[in-house]
Amino acid sequence: MLRRILVANRGEIAVRILRSCRRLGIETVLAVSDADADSRPARLADAAIRIGPAEPAASYLDVAAVVGAALTAGADAVHPGYGFLAENPRLARACDTAGLVFIGPTAEQLDAVGDKLRARGHAIAAGLPVVPGGEAPTAAAAAELAREIGWPVLIKAVGGGGGRGLRQVYRPVDLAQAVERAMAEAESAFGDPRVYLERYVTPGRHVEVQLLGDGTNVIHLGDRDCSMQRRYQKLLEEAPAPLLDAGLRAGMRRAAVALGEYLGYRGLGTAEFLVDCGRGTFHFLEMNARIQVEHPVTEAICGLDLVAEQIAIAEGRPLRLAQDDVELTGHAIECRINAEDWTYGFRPSPGTITRAVFPAGQGIRVDTHVQAGASVPPWYDSLLAKLIVSGRDRAEALERLRRALGRCQISGVATTVPMHAELTAQAEFARGGLDTAWCARFLGPTTGRRSAAGGTVG
Amino acid sequence: MDLTSDDVQDILELLDTLPFGELHLQTARFRLSLRRTADGEWTQEMAALSAPSMLPGEAAPAPGGAVAAGEAAAGQPAPPDDVPGGGGLADQAAERGQADGLRSVHAPLLGTFYRAPRPGAPPFVEVGSHVDADTVVGIIETMKLMNSVCAGVRGTVAEILIADAQFAAQDSALMRVREER
Repeated sequence: MLRRILVANRGEIAVRILRSCRRLGIETVLAVSDADADSRPARLADAAIRIGPAEPAASYLDVAAVVGAALTAGADAVHPGYGFLAENPRLARACDTAGLVFIGPTAEQLDAVGDKLRARGHAIAAGLPVVPGGEAPTAAAAAELAREIGWPVLIKAVGGGGGRGLRQVYRPVDLAQAVERAMAEAESAFGDPRVYLERYVTPGRHVEVQLLGDGTNVIHLGDRDCSMQRRYQKLLEEAPAPLLDAGLRAGMRRAAVALGEYLGYRGLGTAEFLVDCGRGTFHFLEMNARIQVEHPVTEAICGLDLVAEQIAIAEGRPLRLAQDDVELTGHAIECRINAEDWTYGFRPSPGTITRAVFPAGQGIRVDTHVQAGASVPPWYDSLLAKLIVSGRDRAEALERLRRALGRCQISGVATTVPMHAELTAQAEFARGGLDTAWCARFLGPTTGRRSAAGGTVG
Repeated sequence: MDLTSDDVQDILELLDTLPFGELHLQTARFRLSLRRTADGEWTQEMAALSAPSMLPGEAAPAPGGAVAAGEAAAGQPAPPDDVPGGGGLADQAAERGQADGLRSVHAPLLGTFYRAPRPGAPPFVEVGSHVDADTVVGIIETMKLMNSVCAGVRGTVAEILIADAQFAAQDSALMRVREER
């Protein structure tokens, strides 16, 4: 039994983890940077402990500071949330060394899926279809590979993730320079210059399967559609994926479980797939070995508390339910409310929240770390809140969501609430099953020029 | 004290049996306001009021070692993200900073200023570099997004006022450019 957990994160996920701990009667200590010492999560935790200055590299990304804080606080476990050190095998190992429970997969499993190329190799070994592609150690090798897999291609950083380190190339003449630039960027952003090439599938949908394993048995908790993206950053997610061919859905769920079983996976994880709409096929993309931002849509349709399941597994318990016990009912949609001005190229909008009014009522859940007077610091990602709305079916969830968005009133910083109101009012969105290119077309006329970059966590 | 959506829903079910359109609850630890809108739906406003209970002192170093290169690098600039208007704001700001034929280039946003596209790379500009209005002279990282800063003026960089990786307030002067007409 865990008695006291150090929550090594900030923002809405910190609040989310605190909430489950409180329900389970587990004491919480929140690790905070100087910028977050007076945050709502710090007020909600049983105690808070400083781990360093505002800059994430010297606080939330500092393994020694996090482990030291856990020991000082007398915690017996560390919950890393998502982003920051959540998938860093060094934190998992440092916890082991210090006699702390790391609430997540084993360090070996983090190694196995953190390197995207190695994850691809494991997926192939587990019998999963992957997007045609492979490693591109040199520009010449990339050119050879591109001829085999066909154009256009996507260059990906082996050490990348969360939508970072991706680059589309449409013409052979651009490939060599693109590979070299991608390698330089990957080196500086991830400390690993290796890149690999995949066929750029378009039109495609991003569908992922939620996995839960205890190291022996693995079950799935249904799928989510995350195709509403801007520059590979998710804006809105839903569960289950709408208008998906039943055979594809069943195939993806089977494939995800097969990968989890192959890895002997322990904890909560997500297998991401790309659905090739043209060919009617699906391909493994990557595995995320952590709780995800969009986990509440799965909780809404399966009725489980996924943080509580993570904690139970970290305590060494076997899965508390078998696949046949998992009942998926209804439909849920999540809007990520970010501090960004969507009318101005999604320009970040740090500042101070003067007022935060959210909708309430049946089928409505709001996960947030902001309240009146809260500071939105410039050092971290721009997620302010997640509005999760569920209903008996997609039509009911969408209708509730539209009305709920109209009752959001956040003052002091610009937010993406108006974008969500417009997006969810679109007739095409109401039909459902859109591909990943749709958002760019929807956003195109209203947000001015765009370029390829980005960098928050998924 | 933190109420879940289920807690709020339970309170709303009670309120829906009563003639009241608003509920305001405040204790030493939290504040909750629920309001019924014109079409009978609800809004919530919550605040945690209790001060954080800080454990004493900065955490002691523990086994685990220093930050590895990869992690330190994770906070470093990714490719710049052109936010429209970066140059435009610099334009307006530069006009304000005009003196002696020197025009200031201002931070379009608050954030961390980087002189180079990535660690180890040559800086975008040095003192003496020639710039046009749309020349990128640096990057401001705000909320994990990289925003290019344009010179906003044609001329020669006369002075760089901020070191690499330093925090810049919104509209603070980053460098001065001797304008060419």
